[in-house]
Amino acid sequence: MYEGIVQELIDELGRLPGVGPKSAQRIAFHIVQTASYDPTRLSEVLAEVRDKVHFCARCGNIAEQELCVICRDPRRDPATICVVEEAKDVAAIERTREFRGLYHVLGGAISPIDGIGPDDLRIAQLVRRLADASVTEVIVATDPNLEGEATATYLTRLLVQPGLRVTRLASGLPVGGDLEYADEVTLGRAFEGRRVVDA
Amino acid sequence: MYRDDVVVLRTHKLGEADRIVTMLSRQHGKIRAVAKGVRRTASRFGARLEPFMVADVQCYIGRSLDIVQQAESIGAYGADIVDDYGRYTAATAMVEAADRLTDHEAGLQHYLLLVGALRSLARAEHAPGLTLDSYLLRALAIAGWAPSFSACAVTGVSGPHSHFVAQLGGIVSDAAAPPGAPRLDPDVIELLGALLSGNWTTAEASDERERAQASGVVAAYTQYHLERALRSLEHVDRTPA
Ligand SMILES: [Zn+2]
Repeated sequence: MYEGIVQELIDELGRLPGVGPKSAQRIAFHIVQTASYDPTRLSEVLAEVRDKVHFCARCGNIAEQELCVICRDPRRDPATICVVEEAKDVAAIERTREFRGLYHVLGGAISPIDGIGPDDLRIAQLVRRLADASVTEVIVATDPNLEGEATATYLTRLLVQPGLRVTRLASGLPVGGDLEYADEVTLGRAFEGRRVVDA
Repeated sequence: MYRDDVVVLRTHKLGEADRIVTMLSRQHGKIRAVAKGVRRTASRFGARLEPFMVADVQCYIGRSLDIVQQAESIGAYGADIVDDYGRYTAATAMVEAADRLTDHEAGLQHYLLLVGALRSLARAEHAPGLTLDSYLLRALAIAGWAPSFSACAVTGVSGPHSHFVAQLGGIVSDAAAPPGAPRLDPDVIELLGALLSGNWTTAEASDERERAQASGVVAAYTQYHLERALRSLEHVDRTPA
């Protein structure tokens, strides 16, 4: 334990994901000891991000305006929607440069044991987007693990209808992992080799 | 270090790429151990430590949590279970019940019952809802709470009786039933008895209405003994295939 405010800083940093007690202490001491380090910019950005960033009204991706930068881009193909669990999966797929359509972020995966059912995800919003007949393909890109696969099964049963192709990423992704950890090449191949699924 | 056959009940994310895996084992009861790097898509564990999987694992005994060192698949039921939403939701309720009913001293019977039920689900032997209800009744029986569906649970007088009271242990005679205790149809009682004893010919002959009523009874009985409801139970999809 350290005196007052230093310990408070360590505690606050330690509450962030991926920051263990040792890292929290190292960051805190860097801020305290390094005379040349000016924390003003960091504190401004932290305040700003909370104030300005929210979720895209259409796709659920993070956005600084009502719509995210992808939904606002007229060069994106509105006929294809790629469904992912989290906004960070959008970033992972964007890095592959394989996909030119739009996204839909569910906000997680169906996990009844954690009390998360279909109604707790942005599935109704997805169904509403598909009422517009201009969408011809939905690519389900949930995580290649159990909850992700189960969510894909549920979506397939719900969405398959005449005039709409529902596809799933190719099984080049080893099952068990999180989508965000797939490297660009593997993920790119999984996109190219996606297959049509039926209910 | 120890080695055992396990069925994976659930997993929790830990740190950047690890998971805590909760497993029910053949000889060591319920185990919690860390699987390092398992969320990376190139993990050597692959899907072998996902829920519903049966595996032969080797673990180090760690200071706070044990660490999974090796895992070989024995029964890869996950893929066939997640292929059908009804099967997935039934399997989820089963592993949640197993997690709540067992501890590090859990015996072999719990392990065998769960593995058998998951295998049956994966092979689509019965309607998923029936497999789930049968599992719950039998798991509660192993835990020492076998319900009675023929003789009166209070007086032991042989049936048929029609009142069901979870707090009294199942079906009770008119004399033993508290005022306002609900009555069940004889067909529903027969179905419940069949699910408990594993009489699948009788269970399969039931209709949707009887199954729905029996599920309600099983849910009430489970909730009474577990003290709070299983979170998964309300999400179980019983849409007939
Ligand atoms: Zn958007």
